[in-house]
Amino acid sequence: MTERKSEFLLEVRKLQVYFPIRKGLMKRVVGHVHAVEDVSFSVRPREVFALVGESGCGKSTTGSAVLRLIEPTGGQVFFRGDELGRLSEEEMRLKRRDMQFIFQNPYASLNPRMNVWKLLSEPLRIHFQLSPGELRERVGEMLRLIGMTEDQLERYPHQFSGGQKQRISIARALITHPSFVVADEPVSALDVSIQAQILNLMMELQQEMELSMVFISHDLNVVRHISGSVGVMYLGSLMETGDTEEVYRHPVHPYTRALLSAVPSHDPLHRSRHIVLEGDVPNPADPPGGCPFHTRCSLCSGRCREERPELREIAPGHCAACHHVE
Amino acid sequence: MDHLLEIRNLKITTLRGKDKVYLLDSVDLSIRKKCSFGVVGESGCGKSITASAILGLLPYPLRVAEGSIRFDSRDGEKELLKLSRKEMRQVRGEEISMIFQEPMTSLDPIFTVEMQMFEALSFHHPGMGKGEMREIALEMLHRVNIPRPEQTLASYAHQLSGGQLQRIMIAIALINNPRLLLADEPTTALDVTIQAQILHLMNDLKEQRDTSIIMITHDLGVIAETCEEVAVFYAGQIVEQAQVVELFTHTAHPYTKGLLRAVTSLGGAQRKLYTIPGIVPPGGQWSRGCRFAERCEQCMEKCREEMPALREIAPGHFCRCFLQDREVEA
Repeated sequence: MTERKSEFLLEVRKLQVYFPIRKGLMKRVVGHVHAVEDVSFSVRPREVFALVGESGCGKSTTGSAVLRLIEPTGGQVFFRGDELGRLSEEEMRLKRRDMQFIFQNPYASLNPRMNVWKLLSEPLRIHFQLSPGELRERVGEMLRLIGMTEDQLERYPHQFSGGQKQRISIARALITHPSFVVADEPVSALDVSIQAQILNLMMELQQEMELSMVFISHDLNVVRHISGSVGVMYLGSLMETGDTEEVYRHPVHPYTRALLSAVPSHDPLHRSRHIVLEGDVPNPADPPGGCPFHTRCSLCSGRCREERPELREIAPGHCAACHHVE
Repeated sequence: MDHLLEIRNLKITTLRGKDKVYLLDSVDLSIRKKCSFGVVGESGCGKSITASAILGLLPYPLRVAEGSIRFDSRDGEKELLKLSRKEMRQVRGEEISMIFQEPMTSLDPIFTVEMQMFEALSFHHPGMGKGEMREIALEMLHRVNIPRPEQTLASYAHQLSGGQLQRIMIAIALINNPRLLLADEPTTALDVTIQAQILHLMNDLKEQRDTSIIMITHDLGVIAETCEEVAVFYAGQIVEQAQVVELFTHTAHPYTKGLLRAVTSLGGAQRKLYTIPGIVPPGGQWSRGCRFAERCEQCMEKCREEMPALREIAPGHFCRCFLQDREVEA
């Protein structure tokens, strides 16, 4: 395999994930759910790239497909220049030492029969041959980073609050010192005051461990806070990508505009003027032709129904997939 | 009665082993007619069980230990806590109804939308004919902006999206023209663009009818967008209560300030988010002093010893904090 030199740690090109729909006695494939359709983005070292969108838009599937937790149907993913799709299971397993996943629900992602010591030492046992002393040291170091103490090592997940559980699952993902993590809605299951604590922790760790991250979330405020660049997804496709502040200040895609305006404002004197979208997200098993957003778009024209817009650069580093954006 | 609903000194307990544990402690609330009242707080603060208590739906082993809930019904004033089960059934769905958090699980999967709408109608109007019920059901679906009402009536829950299901829940809740609607996190399970649709709809419906709404949520944004008055719950108590604009502009209680800072610092310029240290104390493990003392940056010695009272610090603005007393005296 030839080494490709690149400024990016991770490059995703035209990623596709289709899920077969099976019916009948013979489980014949009668169609496909187009969960992810031609998604391309890149993540620089030490950069946080956020994927934002509503439920069912394919953001989590994209995250899983990047790490091959779900096998992509098409497209390529390059990590440090290696194409992940070409690696064998064994090679991929070794790669995962460097690429980790933080799950959404800490109540479900921690094995209830393992105590904190087992939960945190397991990834090290799998990926490294360490002496018991080194193992203790690494686990101890990680505990300090997440703000917990060694006397909590013997405890089991049910003895912790939601926020503490999420700290443990973050520690479990980061204990192998990966350079890249996918974090799938890591704060959605938590209360507001706890969310802020976990977000601060993640940002500290990201700085300290020089992590690159794909941060998946439906919460637009959280995304704005944590990410440097962002991709807005709708019905399996990227609608707009760019520098986070730029996209939030000057959204160009009609979907991004509606999405951003729908966030409730925290000022009762200035109740936000929502762009209220009509109707629901179309069925991804039967996506509309042309632009995926045309069924709900106020700018929809004939061309939008016919032709699928490509993601085009409209300003340096700012791309949008819309026929109406100049 | 001046108010539609008056809750006085409501206490809810549960049993933990042999101990009685208070989950809600001396809550007073008055809901005006034609008002949308917000109840905000984090999980476990007692906001949802307050709603269940109003409807007489507290799950075992929770029970009301003390207090009164008086309701100004169509046929005179009623003490809801003293009603028999049968009398309560007449109130529920007819005068007070509720929308739940998860529309996906609150409709019955084995009955069509039509059957579930008819059930709500025929229970309170036994003599009503099918034709009339169908007319009312269609009218209601139309009111909540369901695109194809006829087709939707024949659908089952799994055939509809979350936003549509929540519209149907609202239609069922309003079908008997209740005087009070309890909405328990009605948009939490929905996406933000759908949330905007539902909040718009609820605001419109409130304008058209004289239904009061109690909006229970953890999201201060939802409160700011929809409510006129708001009560902030913490650890089973009200810690602050005021008109919405007053609460957001002259925030008094350190907990409310913390909540607001935590949400508004998101997206702000500074990288480090403001956090309230510590966690919400679980029910029954409350100190005898101020329940927020452990997490409060301005905690004084007095706060750990003595429980502050909920006091009026400005007309209509109540706050449970010793710091406010000092300012009032000064």
